[in-house]
Amino acid sequence: MGVIIIGLLLGGTYALMAVGLQLQYGVARIMNLASGETLVCGAFGAVWFFTAYKLSPLYALIGVVPLAFVANWVIYRVMILPLVRRAKSQGQLEVDSILATFGLSFMAIGILLAMFGGEFLAYSYLATPFVILGQPYALNRIVAFLCAAVLCAGLYIWLHHTRAGLTLRAVSVNPSAAGLVGINVARTSSFAFALGGAVSASGGALLSMFLNFDASLGVIFTLKALVIVIMGGVGDIRGAIIASFILGLTETAVATYLDPGLTLAAAYMLFIVILLIRPEGLFGKRSS
Amino acid sequence: MPDGSPDAAVLRIEGVTKRFGGLVAVDNMSFALSKNEVLGLIGPNGSGKTTMLNMISGALKPTSGTILLHGKDISTAPASEIAVRGIARTFQIVRMLPSLTVLENVAAGGVFGHSRRWGRELDNYARDLLQRVGLRGADDASVAALTYIDQKRVELARALASDPEVVLLDEWLAGLNPTELRTGIALIEQIRADNRTIVIVEHVMDAIRSLCDRCVVMNSGMKIAEGTPKSVLADAEVIRAYLGDADA
Amino acid sequence: MSGAAEHRTAPPMQSLRAALVLSRREQINLIVAVLMFGAAALLPVLGKTYWLSIGISVAMFTVLATSWTLFSGPTNYIALSTAAFFGIGMYVVGAGLPYMPFPALVVVAAVAGALLAAVVGLATLRISGVYFVIFTLGLAELVRQIVAWAQHVMGTSSGLYVLLSISDSAMYWLLLGLAATVYLVGWFIGRSRLGFALRIIGNDEVVAVHCGINTARAKVILFVISCTFASITGALVAPRWSYVEPSIAFSPFLSFEVVIMALLGGVHRLWGPLVGVIPFTLLWEFISAKFPAQTTILLGACFLLIVYFIPRGVVGLLEDLVRGHVGGSGSVRGLFQRGKTDNA
Repeated sequence: MGVIIIGLLLGGTYALMAVGLQLQYGVARIMNLASGETLVCGAFGAVWFFTAYKLSPLYALIGVVPLAFVANWVIYRVMILPLVRRAKSQGQLEVDSILATFGLSFMAIGILLAMFGGEFLAYSYLATPFVILGQPYALNRIVAFLCAAVLCAGLYIWLHHTRAGLTLRAVSVNPSAAGLVGINVARTSSFAFALGGAVSASGGALLSMFLNFDASLGVIFTLKALVIVIMGGVGDIRGAIIASFILGLTETAVATYLDPGLTLAAAYMLFIVILLIRPEGLFGKRSS
Repeated sequence: MPDGSPDAAVLRIEGVTKRFGGLVAVDNMSFALSKNEVLGLIGPNGSGKTTMLNMISGALKPTSGTILLHGKDISTAPASEIAVRGIARTFQIVRMLPSLTVLENVAAGGVFGHSRRWGRELDNYARDLLQRVGLRGADDASVAALTYIDQKRVELARALASDPEVVLLDEWLAGLNPTELRTGIALIEQIRADNRTIVIVEHVMDAIRSLCDRCVVMNSGMKIAEGTPKSVLADAEVIRAYLGDADA
Repeated sequence: MSGAAEHRTAPPMQSLRAALVLSRREQINLIVAVLMFGAAALLPVLGKTYWLSIGISVAMFTVLATSWTLFSGPTNYIALSTAAFFGIGMYVVGAGLPYMPFPALVVVAAVAGALLAAVVGLATLRISGVYFVIFTLGLAELVRQIVAWAQHVMGTSSGLYVLLSISDSAMYWLLLGLAATVYLVGWFIGRSRLGFALRIIGNDEVVAVHCGINTARAKVILFVISCTFASITGALVAPRWSYVEPSIAFSPFLSFEVVIMALLGGVHRLWGPLVGVIPFTLLWEFISAKFPAQTTILLGACFLLIVYFIPRGVVGLLEDLVRGHVGGSGSVRGLFQRGKTDNA
């Protein structure tokens, strides 16, 4: 039972990084291999705010989110747009954007290493027990989960009940048709990419409340986000959220009953299962 | 006159439907293809003809219904398997292999498909085919240098390179001037004379009239008529489908 | 066959039996290649240990980058998993050396690598390139975690002592021989049906499928061949470090460097990666000596420079110069046509 609750708490917090990647891949159609680094930057930002200013990570979000937004906007404009213009096909764009973001992720790791060194960074915030159904759980996990839930819910409402959100969803379904009805696809993609980065960074800030981070963990988070997005089906935020819970539960189960060092293996196991059974994901549309 | 009776049927389409989400592109189509016949699949734009062809060649899978090749169900078979079983096709928009020479483009069809050749044999066979479609001497040219019509010929040669039993031609005669049209029709007649079976999707009515033994007319995904070209083209509903109510 | 007719026939037209009959151009290429390998083999004789050590790195990365290109060149699928297979090779040797002779372990490493590649390939190559890239991204880390867990369960430490001494010269010649094998294999594939299938797939996968090509199987076979070489390489170089650790064996930098070198050289020619390996290895020696703290950033920057400004690699640039214009009339020559310019 405890495993289930921890798994759910973890999964819910993972949802943010998955939604972030979902926005970048589903709308802007960029497979961003550096999204894990964005998350780590968000985490480091929270650490820094806490250790330097004794600010709760929840306040740190106020600083981290806009910064991440702007940074990702710039990245899209400077790095990704030239590739979009140069690409002769979606396939080529995918290859190019994978390579470019891969290179970017290495640079980001290098910069983080230079700024923060190679050790694990952690801080203790709300590390007090909170009792649910007779079992104690770390309060920080619960708070992180609640924040993530609020943010995800907000995003979902925004995507499905505002005009701006509709624009994003239109571009994600069919960019050329969206262009035909007057949507500025390039600007929408930039916005989606920036928003995705901001969401990932916020996920990192929240995760930092109860996980230790070092500069090289980005890859693992990128991978988990990717597995979640694929599991949930590209193009539907609900899929990403449900898949996040599945991953969180699986990971916690594996860590508890098998070995905490096998969490990545758990993610891969899910990945293989999805690939073999339903490659388009839970909510995805099977391409003919 | 082949009548599509069971023993003569090469291909049987039975109750095939294709849905794309809410859109029904092909709706409960059934027809049969007899050995060595030329079947015309006609209908106004958007009636589902190319979708039907795509399902026969394996590029798409039917949502329901079956497609039988010599009695074997190929509805869910992958396109590569269907090619090996002897169904070859051309595409509505020509698909060349840009970094291969003309000869290699043709040869591509003859290595892995219904009949497999390699080496000198493939070389000679491909050159032969190029000659037959009227492209003698272009063997080592780059496909980018060819006119669209010539590219179509290359694609036809590529389809024939695998020695297919069934050839699917998707608007292969589109965009030809009268002379080219005559040559094109003669080519298709030659293919039939080789004892092959042909399905052509076309809008060029002259070609339909001179080539086809039978026609199946589609409109909005459904079959609205079947019979000789003469009879279907005189059918009131067919005329209505093409020209609208005013002219029916 | 007269010389003229032979010259007109492109490699895919020749059957395997005639594969050993070479056109004039191919004869010249072969002689040049033999001479180059012969010259390279003389390096240990010169007696300069520093240069020999660089030579070993160059040879190792040549094998890795070229076998990477064998797969990723024609298919355009970016495999980020070199370190996974390299590490497996290393660990097979490290774990097995007390029990089996070294040559046998190299074979075991090859088989292990081939099996893993087959599993990964069958799972991901039927679907789309993106899934493949993602899968390979974390593969090295995954294998590392599993190896660490297995050792934890078995009670051994994760570092292994490799107590086998192989002289630098011997290692160099082994790697050189392996490089020659990679080139031979690549050359044979290029003239085979598989090579032809891959060129077709690389041009238009829809057409390939309708020509009867089982595209997934072709890609898997190629991927297995490519990864097997990586595993063999890992096994061969294991004795170079007397102590093998997961962070060395499965280092993400390795996968990254291999991709950079291949891209820098150019992945559309079999000899392209070599052109990337040599300058990059030398550049890297320089950078890691002068700027040890900034290596990661510089690595990333180099990578980006290549992706943005020389996407077809140095070889691509050279070809554009030779042909006199940029962009090359849209024809990306097949991977295995070695330097032919007589086709349009």
